Amino acid sequence: MDIELRGITKRFGEVVANSGVNLSIRAGEVLGLLGENGAGKSTMMNVLSGLYRPDEGEILIDGKPVQFNGPGDGIRAGIGMVHQHFMLVPVFTVAENVVLGVEPTGPLDSLDLKTARAQVREINETYGLEVDPDALIENLPVGIQQRVEIIKVLFRSADVLIFDEPTAVLTPQEVTDFFKIVRALREAGKALVFITHKLHEILEIADRINVLRAGQIVGECLPGEKTDLELAEMMVGRPVSLEVEKKPYEPGEVLLDVKDLTILREDDSLAVDDVSFSVRRHEVVGIAGVQGNGQSALVEALAGVHRIAGGTIAFEGKDITRASARARHQMGIAHIPEDRLKNGVVANFSIAENMVLNSYYDDRYSRGVMMDWNAVNERAAEYSAAFDVRTPSIFETVNHLSGGNQQKMVVAREMSRDTKLLIAAHPTRGLDVGSIEYIHSRLMDARDEGNAVLIVSSELDEVIALSDRILVMFKGKIVAQFGAGGRPADKNDIGLAMAGAAL
Amino acid sequence: MAMDAVATTSTRKLDTAALRQSKIAGVILILLALVTALVFAQVDGGDAVFRLSRPTDPWVLPDLVVPAGPFNWIAVAILTFLGVRQWLSKTGKGTSLALGIGFAVLIAAFLVWATAGKAFSLTGMLQATVVRAVPIAMGGLAGVLSERVAVVNIGIEGILLSGAFTGALIGSLLGNWVGLIAAILVGGMFGFILAALVVTYRVDQIIAGVVINLFVLGLTSYVSSQVFSEYRFLNNAPVFRAISIPVLGDIPVIGPMFFQQNIFVYGALIMVAAATYYLFYTKHGLHARSVGEHPQAADTLGINVYRVRYIHVIMGGMVAGFGGAFLTLGLVGRFDDNMTNGRGFIGLAAMIFGRWHPVGALMAALIFGFADSLQQKMALLQTPIPSEFLAMAPYIATIVVVAGIVGRSRMPAADGKPYIKE
Amino acid sequence: MSEPAETPTEKLAHQLLQKAAPSRTVYEDLIIVPVFAIFVALVLGGLVMLATNVSIDTIGRSYIALLTGSVGSLGAISETLTAATPLVLAGLGVAMGFRAGFFNIGAEGQVLMGGMAAVIVGFSFGGLPIYIHLPMALLAGVLVGGLYAGIAGWLRAATGAHEVISTIMLNLISFRLVDYLLKVPFIQKAGRSDPISNAVLDSATLPRLLDWVDPNMRVHAGVFLMLFMVWFCYWLLFKTTIGFEFRASGENPDAARFAGMRSGLIVVLVMALAGALAGLAGANQVLGVLGRASPGFSAGIGFNAISVALLGRSHPVGVLIAGLLFGALEAGGRQMQVDAGVSLDLIGIVQSLIIAFIAAPLLVRAVFPWGFRGKAASRKE
Repeated sequence: MDIELRGITKRFGEVVANSGVNLSIRAGEVLGLLGENGAGKSTMMNVLSGLYRPDEGEILIDGKPVQFNGPGDGIRAGIGMVHQHFMLVPVFTVAENVVLGVEPTGPLDSLDLKTARAQVREINETYGLEVDPDALIENLPVGIQQRVEIIKVLFRSADVLIFDEPTAVLTPQEVTDFFKIVRALREAGKALVFITHKLHEILEIADRINVLRAGQIVGECLPGEKTDLELAEMMVGRPVSLEVEKKPYEPGEVLLDVKDLTILREDDSLAVDDVSFSVRRHEVVGIAGVQGNGQSALVEALAGVHRIAGGTIAFEGKDITRASARARHQMGIAHIPEDRLKNGVVANFSIAENMVLNSYYDDRYSRGVMMDWNAVNERAAEYSAAFDVRTPSIFETVNHLSGGNQQKMVVAREMSRDTKLLIAAHPTRGLDVGSIEYIHSRLMDARDEGNAVLIVSSELDEVIALSDRILVMFKGKIVAQFGAGGRPADKNDIGLAMAGAAL
Repeated sequence: MAMDAVATTSTRKLDTAALRQSKIAGVILILLALVTALVFAQVDGGDAVFRLSRPTDPWVLPDLVVPAGPFNWIAVAILTFLGVRQWLSKTGKGTSLALGIGFAVLIAAFLVWATAGKAFSLTGMLQATVVRAVPIAMGGLAGVLSERVAVVNIGIEGILLSGAFTGALIGSLLGNWVGLIAAILVGGMFGFILAALVVTYRVDQIIAGVVINLFVLGLTSYVSSQVFSEYRFLNNAPVFRAISIPVLGDIPVIGPMFFQQNIFVYGALIMVAAATYYLFYTKHGLHARSVGEHPQAADTLGINVYRVRYIHVIMGGMVAGFGGAFLTLGLVGRFDDNMTNGRGFIGLAAMIFGRWHPVGALMAALIFGFADSLQQKMALLQTPIPSEFLAMAPYIATIVVVAGIVGRSRMPAADGKPYIKE
Repeated sequence: MSEPAETPTEKLAHQLLQKAAPSRTVYEDLIIVPVFAIFVALVLGGLVMLATNVSIDTIGRSYIALLTGSVGSLGAISETLTAATPLVLAGLGVAMGFRAGFFNIGAEGQVLMGGMAAVIVGFSFGGLPIYIHLPMALLAGVLVGGLYAGIAGWLRAATGAHEVISTIMLNLISFRLVDYLLKVPFIQKAGRSDPISNAVLDSATLPRLLDWVDPNMRVHAGVFLMLFMVWFCYWLLFKTTIGFEFRASGENPDAARFAGMRSGLIVVLVMALAGALAGLAGANQVLGVLGRASPGFSAGIGFNAISVALLGRSHPVGVLIAGLLFGALEAGGRQMQVDAGVSLDLIGIVQSLIIAFIAAPLLVRAVFPWGFRGKAASRKE
């Protein structure tokens, strides 16, 4: 099945997400769609799946124009989406998720799960997917969940499969497995679209590359024609450096010392299992690992917002295992949380209010219980200007800012006081290249000024680029250490460790 | 991955939630043992006589005679044992079970203490339990239906009231069957209004529920004082009589409880069974649950989230309308201002207690009904405890239950959140 | 930093301190929506009357009575203020809860408990001068109301029990508890068999303000208490660190916790404050209006307080305005019942409809598309 997009334009209010996009998708081919965050990739694919209706332009399937009116229409026409955030119900089984919406039924509207299981197994065998139809989604690792998403669209006999940032949550080994599946699908004659901002992946898997910038297609090429630097320039619209500038590694004394730390989840299962490590001044320690292996709990425990079940945390030689989040702030521990909208900012508060969210009690901003709003506003304006937060006024609410500016605001808040240790969880997730570069350079500044920096990220490239030392977490344990005189930080080795392989 | 059992790593002493809960449960149980020892075990001999059958029943069971003092000391022993066991527990397992047994023992001890030297009809109380559980169970089931599609329905109290009112008014005019159907329809209508407010107009779900409660209370009180006080025949509906089911109704204890009741009790039992089958074994039930857990996923698969929410909130409203009609058409035949008196809210508590499952909600409603009828019957036994305090018991129990259970039960993931289509 | 010449960054910082003018949507939400809501609610209330066989003529008279009974004379205004005072006080409590993200349905019970405490102190301690006895009685109401609501706060903080359920249950418990207390010999009025308390002594009564004009004018010193509390809540919410914590926790409890705010303490504090305000409302009723306690003396103040808080958008000044509106509806409603024979319960219907429309700006916009600029739905992030 071939698909043709002609002059697709989609607006949200005054924001133009796509303008005049032309695209052709062909059977038996992998189309790579490259673009940075906010370039309009997802909007375009949502148009294609019927979730959005385009304001202008048309969609042709095998040469015939079609009209999509609702989210079900795309899949009915044979176009299946594998979303970046999986659309799976965690408390349902694989089979239930796969058949949802197109269930085989018996008498009295009863679910025929037996047939459903058999059908899932059949697809499993055809494409070599190996998924247990009776497993609960919430018990499956993300790599397998992604396969469930693929089974879901294949079950609906999709001929076109669209993958939106499919590798974001996978280990390098899982990426390899995933590429095998993609190739098998291509052999079977499916048309595939691979949306990503990762250059080397698109060069590896795509048969043809389209580059999207600011809602428009700015170029088309074949993988062999362009280097990754040229592609990056096309994607961002200006020359970019893929390297982070780093001064030589001269670690100072130990600042953070974690011993035998154990953390439990709410259901008493182990999130972090007997972990010990330390972070020194003038040092960036990166924690690599597939999401869900305990990194979030570790960061929260270090920041003082997660109960600790065993072990100790020492900061500057003092035991802070039981110290409150505020006490840790006051000692100079700063924390950039992984989900800024959920944990980092109060979206309906102004920039000024958010800027003092964790220091309003400080002498600088209040006297006794009285807030000193003039001081707050002045400092907020000063920091917003210094940290490149682009906004007309500090009285704007934070939900009006773009993701990049929100994150810069959080970084400004955390770095604009006497920080000694900076804990950054996924500091650049979902940001555009400009913001990423800016935040990376700020993090390196923090290190060079003598701070200890702890970075957690599922983007392996980011961890490798920034860190002096890399710890790999798997199932709540630190399973390997790289860099700083030890084993060199080789991407493949780290990937293997992330997947739990013994090194 | 979540299965890494903590118990296996016994070398480390971990501060687990289960252990903390176990310790708290231990303290509660020991306190209960103390209360039992100091109050309930202090009886000057005498037997407690529980009547299980009426003399006219086809099969007459002998009375249950319990020596009050010894029985309650045994109760103290059991409670102490359970308390100490939970306090010392190293794994923190069995907390819920221990608490459940503990409360059951406490209630038994209380009953024996109150009845000591007297006689008391246990079957009568259990029959009243089922009757009193009906509106609560229907409130709870209405809550299950709407919260399974992620709509929090605080308005159940008002919908029950509207059902009671409509049952009385239409029942008086056109007979009890028409009254019942009208009550169901009016309940459905308020379900529709709630759905329209929260789904289409995105009113905060709790505010919308409060509005419905206030509106129904205002409207029914207004009509009752403006119209019913003048035209009394409009508020005098025929009541549904009990229908005894042959054979089943003759079983001792169980028969009077479940098979010598009116159509409301049968209807409630059938609805709970039907809702269970529907939600967990049918295609449309799967759709409903997916909308409650992950509306966006359902939407991408072509399930109309808004329509599913409308339908289930309306169904919930109809169930609540039926439950409300019971108060007038199933009991007294006339409507009084605010006659639901918080039953809708207790129904919501029953839903939480029952973990968003129809059968669970029914079981919880039976427990609330039991507390309610216990208080009623205890007033007859003239215990030294003022009846107001007995009347508070179910509410205090609700708080304890909600406080104890919330951490451990899982509500539908999207519960209470509006779904805004992109 | 105080160099005379501005660096570019300083200049930018200076620009960022400029405030933008409030947008038209703000004005629409604050003025147009409420006005339409009240209008539609009154029209629908008229339809309800029509449906229950009230003649058009009587409906007209009812609404005229509603107006004259609320603002038509000094006596009417006195009644409006008397009715509004407890609504505003309890409404402030509910609003503070909303601000911090807690849905306190328990104001009714807190009003009852606070009122009972104030009555008990009010009829005890004879012989004390008014400047000691009255504050003592008021304080008793504040403390008991605060403690009672604090239970719900503590349960939420310690166990996660949802405050909607626990405050509803605390309401039901307080009804029974008051029934019981009113029969306790030391509280029950001597020689009475019905549940009614001793009368509050003169030394604990809130003095009336206008009885020199007409002894029937009931407005009392509680009005000043109400105004002070409006100011106090405003000051607390927007000028203090505690208010900042309340608002941050209400908007995003996770972010507040991550910022090092003590969520458990905030829950208990805000619930205690809400209960204290509701308790003050109860004390105000028994010490200023009723003079004694009887079953159900709270008369729905706590439930109406929820409506008042919603209508006032949880802003202290908004609560004041909304409380005055509801007070006027109540005072006028009583006049309506006398003049036109229409039941006071109609006011309950009108009030619930006002809330429904206020809470559903989309609905109001759909009914009156010409009242607003552009379609609200076209706004998108």
